[in-house]
Amino acid sequence: MRADWQYRTSFVLFLLGQALVAGLDFAVIAVIFSRVDVLAGWSALEVAVLYGTSGVSFGLGDLFVSQVERVATHIRAGTFDLFLLRPIGPLVQLSGAEFALRRIGRMVQPLVVLCIALPRVDVTWGLVEVALVPVTVLSGAVIFGAIWVLTSSVAFWLVDTQEVANAFTYGGSAVTAFPLDVLGGWLRRIVTFAVPLAFVSYVPVARLLGKPPPLGLPEPAAFAAPAVATVLALVARQVWRVAIRHHRSTGS
Amino acid sequence: MSLLELDRVEKSFTVSVRAGRIRRERRLVRAVAGVSLTVEEGAMVGYIGPNGAGKSTTIKMLTGILVPSAGTVRVAGLDPTRSRIDVARRIGVVFGQRSQLWWDLPLADSFSLLRHIHRVPADRYRHNLGAFCELLAMDDLLAVPVRQLSLGQRMRGELAAALLHDPAILFLDEPTIGLDPVAKDAVRSFLVEINEERGTTVVLTTHDLADVERLCDRLVIIDRGQLIEDSTVQSIRQRYGTERTLVVDLEAPVPPLTIPGAEVVRVDGPRQWLRFRRADLTATELLQRVAARAAVRDLTVEEPAIEDIVRAIYRGNPSGP
Repeated sequence: MRADWQYRTSFVLFLLGQALVAGLDFAVIAVIFSRVDVLAGWSALEVAVLYGTSGVSFGLGDLFVSQVERVATHIRAGTFDLFLLRPIGPLVQLSGAEFALRRIGRMVQPLVVLCIALPRVDVTWGLVEVALVPVTVLSGAVIFGAIWVLTSSVAFWLVDTQEVANAFTYGGSAVTAFPLDVLGGWLRRIVTFAVPLAFVSYVPVARLLGKPPPLGLPEPAAFAAPAVATVLALVARQVWRVAIRHHRSTGS
Repeated sequence: MSLLELDRVEKSFTVSVRAGRIRRERRLVRAVAGVSLTVEEGAMVGYIGPNGAGKSTTIKMLTGILVPSAGTVRVAGLDPTRSRIDVARRIGVVFGQRSQLWWDLPLADSFSLLRHIHRVPADRYRHNLGAFCELLAMDDLLAVPVRQLSLGQRMRGELAAALLHDPAILFLDEPTIGLDPVAKDAVRSFLVEINEERGTTVVLTTHDLADVERLCDRLVIIDRGQLIEDSTVQSIRQRYGTERTLVVDLEAPVPPLTIPGAEVVRVDGPRQWLRFRRADLTATELLQRVAARAAVRDLTVEEPAIEDIVRAIYRGNPSGP
């Protein structure tokens, strides 16, 4: 963090780069909607809300938790041992040691999209709807964070796992920007029940926009995101603990 | 209750070994195979053994980095696996080959980060930092980024960093590795000081027997995962380190000298290596006998290396695996 400030120009350029990459993501959506008006029953503006919430969730997770994917590097270098010698959880230390404020850039663009799209979609704003937005964003961030921890835990058994982790996290962020009903049957079931990406944005945002619960889920599922996030976070914590017990350290 | 207790502790690793082109064989390696050991408060213990003997693995189990495969480990009565964070508050650790300081930050910033991590009270922190700066002559180093410190300077920083939170036990894994004699001496004096003044228990692994001789009242030797010796340094030296070597540079090359009580093991031009036993004659006696036969320009006495002693002890202990 302090090191970031040593190189201010590079910091600003990085922020711009991040925003540009995020902008390209959004361009993909724009291109799709230049061809079709409605995607799986969702209009362009509605998809923008979906993109915005999942993007902000991902950005939050990226800012605070994605650092755990560096655990593989620390294990290989033997520096993970040092984390275990300090009276603070290694997860917190990893998050702090690799904290990069510049990653906030990834969050700015979806946030802007969200702020533009939200007032324009057709929503009757009640208490529930108002509360649903921050709850969805935070639950989504926790779900992404838990997935990061889970996939990074694999590093304790296998050495190089970053690509596996990326498939779930970056892949997940790409998937959740779209109405998941565009996916094929089995893939749809995976992202609903196995890796609950559907709860990051799709299911709660559908409720927000007054759509029937998608993916064949019952009505209350729309509010299940915090529960799903909590369960996933607890599972992730347990797996992480088991993983640390399997830590083998390095020679010397 | 002893400060450290190990009871029949084991640690096994599975390693994959290539066997044939594709096939891999999984083999179980017992790095530590049943070690029982207790250390009392205030002790200074040298823990030695050849590379791969299980020293570091034992230290890592004591510090909560590795979970034992079997047996129990207790540090101040706590299980380092279950109560890792509580144990972390009570121990200080220095790995000679791995820095716990922040590479890009000045030494003072590393200390201040550690102060927050360990939640050291402000006055305690000031007091300790002051004391360490004085003992280790570290005042000029505080503003220097860690990566610009020499190894000896960094090691002084590591020692202070490990002790800021007043740990009851200090673990040192090869603290003098790669240091010059002056820096080694600074480290050793400091360790003696904190052991005497603060009553800190010190457990150190090393390959430098001089560390152990200078510091430790007790020497524990491990080989192939098992303890093979546990006694004082003097007694071990006398029992096993019996052979020394006198290296003499003569004025001119001569055929190997024949001297009763010593044996020439190597000749290189005017330089000759004479092996002799401590019990048979002293270095001075041997030198007199050599000088009587040839003009000596220079000389050194080589003590048996720790590896040699360990090997000798191992040979004398066929009970090993």
